[in-house]
Amino acid sequence: MSTRANRDRTSAGGARAGLLLGCTLLVGCALAAAGCARGGRSAAHLHRLYGLAPPLAFTLQDAASGATVTAAAFRDRVVMLYFGYTHCPDVCPTTLAKLAAAVRELPAADRDRVRIAFVTVDPARDTLAVLRAYAAAFGPEVVGLRGTRRQIDRLAARYRVTYAFGAPNARGNYDVTHSSAVFIFGRDGRSAAVVEPSDGVAAIRMTLNRLASRA
Amino acid sequence: MSVFAAALRFLLPWEFSPVALAGCALPVAAYLRGLRTRRARGRPEVALRALAFLAGVGSIYAVLQTHLDFLAQHMFWIHRVQHLVLHHLGPFLIALSAPAETLLAGTPRTLARTCRPLVANRVVRGLYRRLQQPVVACVLFVGLIVFWLTPAVHFYAMLIRPIYLTMNWSMLIDGLLFWWLVLGPERASAPRLATRMAMLVAVAIPQAILGAYLTFTASPLYDVYGLCGRAFAISPILDQQLGGLNTWIPPGMMSALGLIVLASRWMRSDESARRVSSGALARAAGRSG
Repeated sequence: MSTRANRDRTSAGGARAGLLLGCTLLVGCALAAAGCARGGRSAAHLHRLYGLAPPLAFTLQDAASGATVTAAAFRDRVVMLYFGYTHCPDVCPTTLAKLAAAVRELPAADRDRVRIAFVTVDPARDTLAVLRAYAAAFGPEVVGLRGTRRQIDRLAARYRVTYAFGAPNARGNYDVTHSSAVFIFGRDGRSAAVVEPSDGVAAIRMTLNRLASRA
Repeated sequence: MSVFAAALRFLLPWEFSPVALAGCALPVAAYLRGLRTRRARGRPEVALRALAFLAGVGSIYAVLQTHLDFLAQHMFWIHRVQHLVLHHLGPFLIALSAPAETLLAGTPRTLARTCRPLVANRVVRGLYRRLQQPVVACVLFVGLIVFWLTPAVHFYAMLIRPIYLTMNWSMLIDGLLFWWLVLGPERASAPRLATRMAMLVAVAIPQAILGAYLTFTASPLYDVYGLCGRAFAISPILDQQLGGLNTWIPPGMMSALGLIVLASRWMRSDESARRVSSGALARAAGRSG
């Protein structure tokens, strides 16, 4: 009899705990949903990464010099990592222009502390010369990087992004669908933030400012 | 690359996880050993049950440790398929196969002895009992789906590997707990059949609402797939609609299947109870006569 009563008590306690948990979850989800209605962050801020994505690391070929370059060469620089290709009709040029504009708006002292690492996912068409000219067109802080398919794939997988080639047309041209994310790393190489296509120059500049002035 | 080589590559892990490999291989090894032991003891396992267990574990391994995992990271609707297996289908099949006896028979005695203090631990038992209250289990089951599908949470889950792994493992563990509670053995401490049936209905309704919401929302809710690049070209809205349908229809089917299983058990227990009581009546009549 007493065990029966005990069981009823624990199941009543369980039901209460369940209701409490349920209410907490519902309120939490409602708050989160409310946050997401505004894009998960206020318009002035980027999605922060808090070092949760892996630190910057790669081995690629620098388009300017043709030499092999690793992330160590970008130590003490704020790096914006972006994957694209030079034949990209719209997304790549607008993104690079936006990033370069954010850098130009920085105080002169901080400007040299920022690099835009543009990694081509289409090394077949993006030769060193093509990539060098393309990067230079956007500004001195843009570094064009290319590598073997294996090197590029490894870097893309590291940041959980991907790309895919479309079918070539009659003239052999093809589109490449690719990630639109820009990953920002602090001067210590830690992942700091990610830029979405909807983010504006002001939000990017604020993050760069914060990271560049922090040792 | 030949079709064969491509297929073989697809079957390799996208991101190798020793935990997933061991978590699938060790129970299967113990289970196969248990099947042999039981046959030797003259109490062989029903073939269909063995098939259900192996299919359950196999499906979980397939969604975690093949290139399906890559597709699930870069396509919303394939992510929903992955969770359907982790949270519903795999655990459902495992619970349906009632594998406890075979697993125990196949577990090396020394290992069983090492694990006994953990299983007997009061904190572990208390936690397990609390989680396995019907209301708590239902809230957790639906709550986890809603939590991980909250757009801000989903964004980071898809972008950050440790959060992604936490999401998948939490879905799998909760799926095992839930379906074990619903389809597991009938003991004095387990919920009654009617309660189990009510649980299946209770979790089906919010899943249907959520699935319908995803299917009929006209704007993309999960930008993160566009941000990271989709595995193949498909419009964000179509991706979301397929994902919504996968959140809506198959989970409802799983609840319906569960109800059929429980209903058949109910009828069987009803029948045997009637047989017992009529037998007792006959005996009583014989004694008085």
